[in-house]
Amino acid sequence: METVDQFQELKPALGADEALAEANRCLMCFDAPCTRACPTHIDVPAFIKKIATGNPRGSARTILSANVLGASCARVCPTEVLCEGACVLNDLHHKPIAIGRLQRHATDWAMARGEGPKRLLSPAQRRDDLPRVAILGAGPAGLACGAELSRLGVGAVIFDAAERPGGLNTRGVAEYKITPAFALREVEWVRELGVEIRSGVTVGRDVPLADLERDFAAIFVGVGLGKIQPLGVPGESLDGALDALDFIAELKVSRARAADRVRGRRVVVIGGGNTAIDAVTQSARLGASEVWLVYRRAQAAMPAYRHEQALALGAGCRFVFEAAPVRLDGDKAVQSITLVRMRSEGEGRTAALAPIPGSEFTIACDVVLKANGQTANQSLLAALPGVELRKSRPVVNDDMQTTNPRYFAGGDCVSGGKEVVNAVADGRTAARAIARKLGSKEAA
Amino acid sequence: MADLSVTFCGIRSPNPFWLASAPPTNTGDQVMRAFDAGWGGAVWKTIGDPIVNVSSRYSSVDLGGVRMMGLNNIELITDRTPEINFKEITEVKKRYPNHVVIASLMVESKRETWHEFVRRAEDAGADGLELNFGCPHGMSERGMGAAVGQVPDYTCQITEWVKEAAKTPVIVKLTPNITDITYAARAAKKGGADAVSLINTINSITGIDLDSFAPRPSVAGRSSHGGYCGPAVKPIALNMVASVAQANLGIPISGIGGISTWRDVVEFMLLGSTTVQVCTAVMHHGFRIVADMIDGLSNYLDDKGFASPADLCGRALPSVTKWEELNLNYKIIANVDQAKCIGCGLCYVACNDGAHQSIEAKPRPEGRTDVRILEDHCVGCNLCSLVCPVYDCITMKKVETGRPPVNWKEYSSSPDKYPYLKDPHH
Ligand SMILES: Cc1cc2nc3c(=O)[nH]c(=O)nc-3n(C[C@H](O)[C@H](O)[C@H](O)COP(=O)(O)OP(=O)(O)OC[C@H]3O[C@@H](n4cnc5c(N)ncnc54)[C@H](O)[C@@H]3O)c2cc1C
Ligand SMILES: Cc1cc2nc3c(=O)[nH]c(=O)nc-3n(C[C@H](O)[C@H](O)[C@H](O)COP(=O)(O)O)c2cc1C
Ligand code: SF4
Repeated sequence: METVDQFQELKPALGADEALAEANRCLMCFDAPCTRACPTHIDVPAFIKKIATGNPRGSARTILSANVLGASCARVCPTEVLCEGACVLNDLHHKPIAIGRLQRHATDWAMARGEGPKRLLSPAQRRDDLPRVAILGAGPAGLACGAELSRLGVGAVIFDAAERPGGLNTRGVAEYKITPAFALREVEWVRELGVEIRSGVTVGRDVPLADLERDFAAIFVGVGLGKIQPLGVPGESLDGALDALDFIAELKVSRARAADRVRGRRVVVIGGGNTAIDAVTQSARLGASEVWLVYRRAQAAMPAYRHEQALALGAGCRFVFEAAPVRLDGDKAVQSITLVRMRSEGEGRTAALAPIPGSEFTIACDVVLKANGQTANQSLLAALPGVELRKSRPVVNDDMQTTNPRYFAGGDCVSGGKEVVNAVADGRTAARAIARKLGSKEAA
Repeated sequence: MADLSVTFCGIRSPNPFWLASAPPTNTGDQVMRAFDAGWGGAVWKTIGDPIVNVSSRYSSVDLGGVRMMGLNNIELITDRTPEINFKEITEVKKRYPNHVVIASLMVESKRETWHEFVRRAEDAGADGLELNFGCPHGMSERGMGAAVGQVPDYTCQITEWVKEAAKTPVIVKLTPNITDITYAARAAKKGGADAVSLINTINSITGIDLDSFAPRPSVAGRSSHGGYCGPAVKPIALNMVASVAQANLGIPISGIGGISTWRDVVEFMLLGSTTVQVCTAVMHHGFRIVADMIDGLSNYLDDKGFASPADLCGRALPSVTKWEELNLNYKIIANVDQAKCIGCGLCYVACNDGAHQSIEAKPRPEGRTDVRILEDHCVGCNLCSLVCPVYDCITMKKVETGRPPVNWKEYSSSPDKYPYLKDPHH
């Protein structure tokens, strides 16, 4: 029997002809809506036009100059709600330009030739007279910040707690969008620019903040979010109940190990966001016998994107709305989950919720994956001197500068959880402000 | 349903759709398959003393991912012997007596040789002769093809020789590689031609390989200029057909150049063609395209209440005038249908950078661009309506100025009578 790779790419590479035909479909809008919709404001019509004229190098340069992680963004961005969602051809042809796949076409070209940002963007000469910048976190925010600083001639050192750099690009984003190997190759592009990355170093534990304050002129905080918050119900520590992010991280290291966990088993995922939706889709693709997503509100309030919901449903997942866990049942391992129906006092994601007494029901299951929202990286953020937090997130101005002028912050730890491209935009904005502050001519 | 049959300089054809002399009419087999598909006639691939072709011989220009907007060739006339060609003409005519077969001829400029080929073609059963005075490459270096068509005296002379021997109608095929095609058409008429066909291909170099610097089509790294045809040349062909038609020579025209659809056919007829000939579109899509030409033309004739394609001939010619006769007081301005506008801003950038700065743009909050025509400024040039990607979104609306028609001749003889015309936004 022919086997289909369950994790084959959702949006595969375009063939050369396909890319040319698609690029020629672009209208080249004035003040293009796609460019405005992109958080990093890549000049989309310009890079597409360059594909159409047979200038892939110029195209890749246009992309990378606005977004140094343009290669992974081409794969992981929810283009349906960003650039492609804004495309005027949604109205005219009911089908937008495949911007993400064209972006991939150009960046794959650059990747295949090893022509990264160092070669394409002619970064400024390193200014050794300028002080260096410490960056906490080698996720998209930190990498973009380091890359931009380097382009502006400012030295940067990134500290990251994990063994492998890349943040959630390496450890979190679904396997059918990006592989760790690809994410790591892109990290190499950032290294090539002269950014130093020290992996396996947890700031605040392995390196005190005070040391960084002594050695670096400015500090950028891009530490992302923390673990999934506890459900706060009995049975949470039974075998088979785990943090969906740990499950996904395991999958990104070893598909076989993750498959062992769920193959032939019944999986219940708690949550309604994009992590929950990735957890159900990937469980189904790994061969789980039944996959349920349980969300406490109605479908209309679900934060997970429509196109991701469709993907999950297509993989055979079943959704249960307006229900919340009461307890996990079992001796040593989970055997079922008891849920209660919820009533909402109004509509939307902020309306108050109350359980409906007597409406409990159970779903038999072997695995419960918790995806009910990540916590903030509290231990580190709370330790930042003079940095005001609101809802556990650093308060920043338009330059991503915190209330302590030496500290800048961006990415998920500030936004509370958005996309890779938003983290890149934040990192870049902060880098420009930092470089200006440090006296880089290029940033002025 | 309208009767599509036509008579062209005495030759009856089941419909006005003929294959032009080119690769689709290389062989009897092809011509018969074309007739089965619905073509009314075929002008045989030009017959003459057998030549030798190069291998690599076509190249093209693509536009926006669409292939073969223009086609270029450095092919010569037929590379098969006259014997085979004439034998196949006989066979085709035997099997398809009601379809038209025209023998296209090109031989050295000797009276006896022309006489000989005219006789052989007519003996083979050809319904008429087309003299190829247009091939712009290769043959012209040997004093044939365009080398004849570019000198009216030669055109006249050879036409006369052919007419001395011909019993069937003689069509002279004109080259567009001249400054005023009416000179060539007049020379053909003077020599006794019964009809003209136009245009043959236009001198061209379609491109250069950026790595090897070889022109296309590359023949071992080199090339010569070729002949250009296909959709790209249609506007040039239409203008030339109109010029010849307006020269009132009293002989019919077979229109050629970039015809792909029944709409193109109607345009050629409205400007004075009685029949049309097609090459590139068939090389691109095959003989089958004639089905829609037949269908489309007959529906059009029915819709417009015409009985025959002949009723279309030259109907648009009165509207093709000199510039100086155009009404300077006719005024239109652009109008945007906001309900259809998709907010791409293309009209804005076109007018602002490329025309008359008469459109205002404002970004909409959700990312698109709102546009508004500054009506006092708009000169009505049409550009915005040409770039707008949405069908019928920007239309040009007539403005009633209450002023009587005035053309350049009238204006320039007494400009003071029309002081308002000095304002570019009049
Ligand atoms: C399951 C999942 C799927 C996702 N799918 C997509 C998707 O398809 N498309 C998309 O665009 N976005 C997706 N996202 C969101 C995206 O991954 C994040 O928005 C993005 O990675 C945020 O970047 P960041 O740099 O702020 O944080 P992260 O990527 O989280 O990186 C933070 C880094 O900081 C390090 N760190 C933390 N604390 C310390 C410390 N004390 N010292 C040193 N280093 C530290 C961590 O090791 C980590 O490498 C997904 C997120 C999740 C959870
Ligand atoms: C490959 C090729 C070969 C041609 N050979 C001849 C020819 O032998 N004799 C001739 O009169 N015209 C020849 N032509 C010109 C065509 O008959 C016709 O005039 C021209 O292509 C314009 O029509 P189109 O735009 O429909 O192709 C040739 C054209 C092409 C593309
Ligand atoms: S018609 Fe010409 S001048 Fe008027 S708005 Fe359009 S582009 Fe501008």
